[in-house]
Amino acid sequence: MTEVVSDCSSSNSLLEVRDLWVRIERDTGVVRPLNGVNFCVEEGQSVAIVGESGCGKTMASNALLRILPRGAKITSGKMLFRTKDNQERVDLAALDPNSKKMRNIRGGEISMIFQEPMTAFSPVHTIGNQIEEMLRVHDHVLDERQRHERVVELLDLVGILEPAQRVHDYPFQLSGGMRQRAMIAMALASSPRLLIADEPTTALDVTVQARVLKLIQRMQKEFNLALVLITHDLGVVAQTVDYVYVMYLGRIVEEGSIETIFDSPAHPYTAALLRSIPSLATKTENLEPIEGNLPNAHALPSGCPFHTRCREQVGEICSREIPLHVDVGAGHRVSCFKYTDETVGANDR
Amino acid sequence: MKLLVQTIAEMTDGTILRVMGLKKYFPVRRGLLKRVTGVVKAVDGVSFNVGIGRTLGLVGESGCGKTTIGRMILRAIDPTAGQILFRRRNGQMVDMAQLIGPDIKAARREIQMIFQDPYSSLNPRMPVMDLIAEPLKAQGWNTAECERRVVELMDRVGLDPRFIRRYPHAFSGGQRQRIGIARALAVSPSVIVADEPVSALDVSVQAQILNLLRQLQRDLNLTLLFIAHDLSVVRYLCDEVAVMYRGRLIEQAETEKLFNNPKHPYTESLLHAAPPPDPHASWVAGENFDEDPDAELDTDELQDDVGCPFAPRCRYRNDYCLQEVPDLEVTNDQVGTSHLAACHHKHEFDLTGF
Repeated sequence: MTEVVSDCSSSNSLLEVRDLWVRIERDTGVVRPLNGVNFCVEEGQSVAIVGESGCGKTMASNALLRILPRGAKITSGKMLFRTKDNQERVDLAALDPNSKKMRNIRGGEISMIFQEPMTAFSPVHTIGNQIEEMLRVHDHVLDERQRHERVVELLDLVGILEPAQRVHDYPFQLSGGMRQRAMIAMALASSPRLLIADEPTTALDVTVQARVLKLIQRMQKEFNLALVLITHDLGVVAQTVDYVYVMYLGRIVEEGSIETIFDSPAHPYTAALLRSIPSLATKTENLEPIEGNLPNAHALPSGCPFHTRCREQVGEICSREIPLHVDVGAGHRVSCFKYTDETVGANDR
Repeated sequence: MKLLVQTIAEMTDGTILRVMGLKKYFPVRRGLLKRVTGVVKAVDGVSFNVGIGRTLGLVGESGCGKTTIGRMILRAIDPTAGQILFRRRNGQMVDMAQLIGPDIKAARREIQMIFQDPYSSLNPRMPVMDLIAEPLKAQGWNTAECERRVVELMDRVGLDPRFIRRYPHAFSGGQRQRIGIARALAVSPSVIVADEPVSALDVSVQAQILNLLRQLQRDLNLTLLFIAHDLSVVRYLCDEVAVMYRGRLIEQAETEKLFNNPKHPYTESLLHAAPPPDPHASWVAGENFDEDPDAELDTDELQDDVGCPFAPRCRYRNDYCLQEVPDLEVTNDQVGTSHLAACHHKHEFDLTGF
């Protein structure tokens, strides 16, 4: 496999997220789900954002599509995305979420697959109807008959049997795996360039999960789609993508090619995470869990976000300063004082 | 009756729970008059034994009936047929399926349950003290005794007893699951039915809870019925594994035997379905399955008693499989041991395990 290096400096990537900060103001206090997140996706590349619940991975994808919950604000940062007409990259963070431009990008150029296809579909419209709506909104060339044909074609493409009949089915008439396939068909309808899959197989049984993952992989290759896979499942990551970003409490703590991350994890969190999953292929005698619990979102720890649970602290600096994200070789970047003395200036955006 | 006497005699060998021919049929009602138009055979003739202090993993995909079995053992739902023989601590043998009224309550004290979702299984209006003490109060403990016991239990499951007055919302998922475990342990049960106790937790916390369950089991000589779909977790925790498919047991063996040398094609496909967390490992799942989309049909559409329930998805099937239901029997090369499989071809296969 060729070395995949995520090189944001080329300013040529399809998507480049630079120093993204999001804060949510609630009655109960301020939550900071994203604290200076950087990542980028090349055309046709597949990357994963991995982390536990509450680490901000879903918030990052929702920020991209500008569908953040009420009270959440992008306080700083850029999200540069190259649209189909290939001109200057658009800064998604600067667009009005309700503007025509953003609405064309959302669903038209960036599509999303959600975790629970039962709640993502409307229960009172047929799946054919809902997929057709995507075409109606984002593709103005086709007439009604052509749209219908295209829907059947899409359902066939994602492996739904008898697509011409299934078009008239309501979501509840399909099994979980079939619903997720229909969801993928809907995401592909507008020929997007970037597909965001947020825990696409978490709600499915393992045997069905295998099929759906293979389908996503096949579609990604066939259409040269860029894929951002958001998941907590390290198995899914290992078998699906080329490049991984590990997130913890709203920060990217480590990134690298899939082999680097799994073979030589550098950040203590990544290493501990890999040690804490029991193996299916061999008998595990003793599991080493990560001690402690995820800190409360309202009271983020000072310094390195992981220092409260870290067993490899280098000193008092860990609890005081935030380490800089540094390159430790071949595009493998880590935020940990084991590898750098440099700090990120304290900020509170 | 004669059969029952005989099995009770056999149960002196250290079996604490014996399930025999257990069935649960749910009626399907349709139309304005709610007429019964059919049945869903959620559990259809399941038998297994669990020894004292052992962990049996009950695995299968959603809808296979594993949770229904767990609930029947506690008599949270009534079985349609079959026996659930349980040895009480006083040595008395009871058939949980036949008990009525106060006898159920008494026996249930010794069988407790841990639930999957630590968010919905704890009453948000009760502080930890009341949550854990509720089963004790039901047994007539006074407040001072309860508090002493709750502190002891919190300590045992790794919760800081200073948090005794806090409400569930103040705890993370892993800590809530610890509360659920403390609550199950409160009345000192001998059997615990754990229904997917870690599948709602993050991986880093999942390992903590698995280790806690293991430790508690050793310290308290608990018998555990561990219901799960994640086979890697089952391999870590269980002594024995029973695999279910559409309401039936299709394979049962000691854990390592089952993983090394599966005897049922469904077990084989389950073992290889999950993507391995290693980019160098080959993942053959996609190819390992028949690309037969029947496989994803709703199971209730396929309810019929003709042939092996797995046959429509099985890549080794032949005509005979579609006609005759295979029984759960001892496999050829495992005579003397207890590797059971329900497959017509179990003696011919050389299936791949790990």
